[in-house]
Amino acid sequence: MLAQQFVNAISLGGVYALFALGFTLIFGVLNVVNLAHGAIFMLGAYTALQAVVLLKFPLALAMGAAIFVTGAAGWLLDRLIFAPLRARQAPHLAPMIATIGVAISLNSTIQGIFGAENLRFPVHGLAAEGLQFGGVQVTGLEIQIILLALILMAVLLWWLKHTRMGCALRALAESRKASALLGIDVEGLFRMTSVIAALLGGVAGVLIALYTNAVFPQMGQPMLHKGIAVVILGGMGDIRGALLGGFFLGCAEVFSVAYIGSTMRDAVAFGLLFAILLIRPQGLFGKAAERRA
Amino acid sequence: MFNPLLETPVILCPQHAAENIGFKVQKFKVCVQSSASCDTAHTSYFHHIGMEWLETFWATYSTLVLSIGTNVLLALSIYLTLACGLLTVANAAFMGIGAYTAALLSLQSSLPFHLSLLLGALLPAAVALLLGPPTLRLSGVYLAMATLAFGEIVRIFLLNAEGLTGGALGLNGIPQHSQWFDVALALSGALYVLLRFAGSQIGRTMAAICQDETATELMGLNVRAYKLFAFVLGAGLAGLAGGLNAHFTFFISPNEYGFDRGVEILAMGVLGGTGSPWGAVIGGVLITLLPEMLRGLGDYRPLINGLILIIIIIYSPKGIWDLTRYLHRRAAVD
Repeated sequence: MLAQQFVNAISLGGVYALFALGFTLIFGVLNVVNLAHGAIFMLGAYTALQAVVLLKFPLALAMGAAIFVTGAAGWLLDRLIFAPLRARQAPHLAPMIATIGVAISLNSTIQGIFGAENLRFPVHGLAAEGLQFGGVQVTGLEIQIILLALILMAVLLWWLKHTRMGCALRALAESRKASALLGIDVEGLFRMTSVIAALLGGVAGVLIALYTNAVFPQMGQPMLHKGIAVVILGGMGDIRGALLGGFFLGCAEVFSVAYIGSTMRDAVAFGLLFAILLIRPQGLFGKAAERRA
Repeated sequence: MFNPLLETPVILCPQHAAENIGFKVQKFKVCVQSSASCDTAHTSYFHHIGMEWLETFWATYSTLVLSIGTNVLLALSIYLTLACGLLTVANAAFMGIGAYTAALLSLQSSLPFHLSLLLGALLPAAVALLLGPPTLRLSGVYLAMATLAFGEIVRIFLLNAEGLTGGALGLNGIPQHSQWFDVALALSGALYVLLRFAGSQIGRTMAAICQDETATELMGLNVRAYKLFAFVLGAGLAGLAGGLNAHFTFFISPNEYGFDRGVEILAMGVLGGTGSPWGAVIGGVLITLLPEMLRGLGDYRPLINGLILIIIIIYSPKGIWDLTRYLHRRAAVD
């Protein structure tokens, strides 16, 4: 029973971590609280769904389509909103308010095109076929979610740590001015960060849509709240913190549903968050007054 | 019916959607009802001064006008903390506490309306007084997140304390006590006090804290006390707005005071500009009126609404109030 809950927690936590990674990247590098991240997450889910339904794509290709579309959305987000605001040296709240506008527009457009109702992937038997590991049931979907989440995180961490570009990105997160003086293409990196963050959100959207088999226009909203909680748990702008925070929240939710009751699930998550903030304002894994990407 | 920025209520799952649509229908009926009652109350007066057009206008738009009033109050409540450089998003929760307190007192006790309103403003202020000291140590985004978490806890509490609050079904049949002069009085009172603050030592200290907290502290000013003062006063204003709002919308439910409402209040404050209480007034009026003015656009109304928000913030990142001052200065130079 405990092991079974743990598998559920890991797969849910993996998706939370992927979502939070994008959110924390944008915060760490661009210094923007991106409230449109939930809408981009939803856009990823809808793109994959329509690719499967309308274009008869296999799931893997549909995932690719979702990555492409959400990546493009990230590019546009930076080109049309963050870049002009950077150029005007806007106060730090301005981009956040602009992303509220983006979220409203994107949600209403999707709702206008596809309707407000709950849509489902027409793929059957995804969650049913399972593997047994000594009494623990693990579905193929859960294995794929866990693997994909872990691989994406590993690639991102390796890329940040060991490539020239990743190094430049970390420098940019530390100081924009110093990076520009060192000849780093600051604007290009900002744009790329926005693209990477958006496509991570898109992948998370497809995965959660498959996991819960539900796609609807407002699906990004509760996810955004959880993403914020994860990022706080891990420390704002901290990549490893977002990973650990994601798994931590996944565990907290699954175990509180199993042992306390489902009505208090969100109360447990946010109560925990509130308590942690009061004791360790820099997050569970963060260091005080330091930002890392 | 009222959630101007995000037309659709927070829909966490499809089952809630049906409920929410139910809410909307219910509230729509109520508006018709409420304007009818206002109608009879003012008919003789308007007839007397020969302004029938005002009567028809009021019959149609009374809820909208009152909502503008309470939304401006909410914008003023967040202006107080934003003016100190504090990014708190608990105002929606304080509004909810105020609304539930005042509405429950109206429904279950025989207290006069204005006394329940007052208690609806005092309880959130008291909560803020307790919440302030530990949370206001945080700064920037961390403060925003802590207040956000607090807001979610309040919403979940309202949702689950079914014996007291009616749970997800909300409170129904709240008496329509809020008249235009109640809202006008509350609004002009709040605006007067805040404008007096702006020119006084309190306002200048708040601006100084916003600019440089350490320097202000080194000047020998009690930064923490000022921050707490702004936070508590803002909570009281938000509670007052919630109480007034509950007494003309007939119906309240926990999801009205969630994350979306908090963000909407923040948008009013930032869009209008944090340099002056007038900025909050502009923001509150604009965010309430915008969806109404776009009513002809049908399904794509929220899309245009969102685009207008983006355009305003890109071309006037410091808020509309700042833009008007800039135009003034330029006119003076010319």
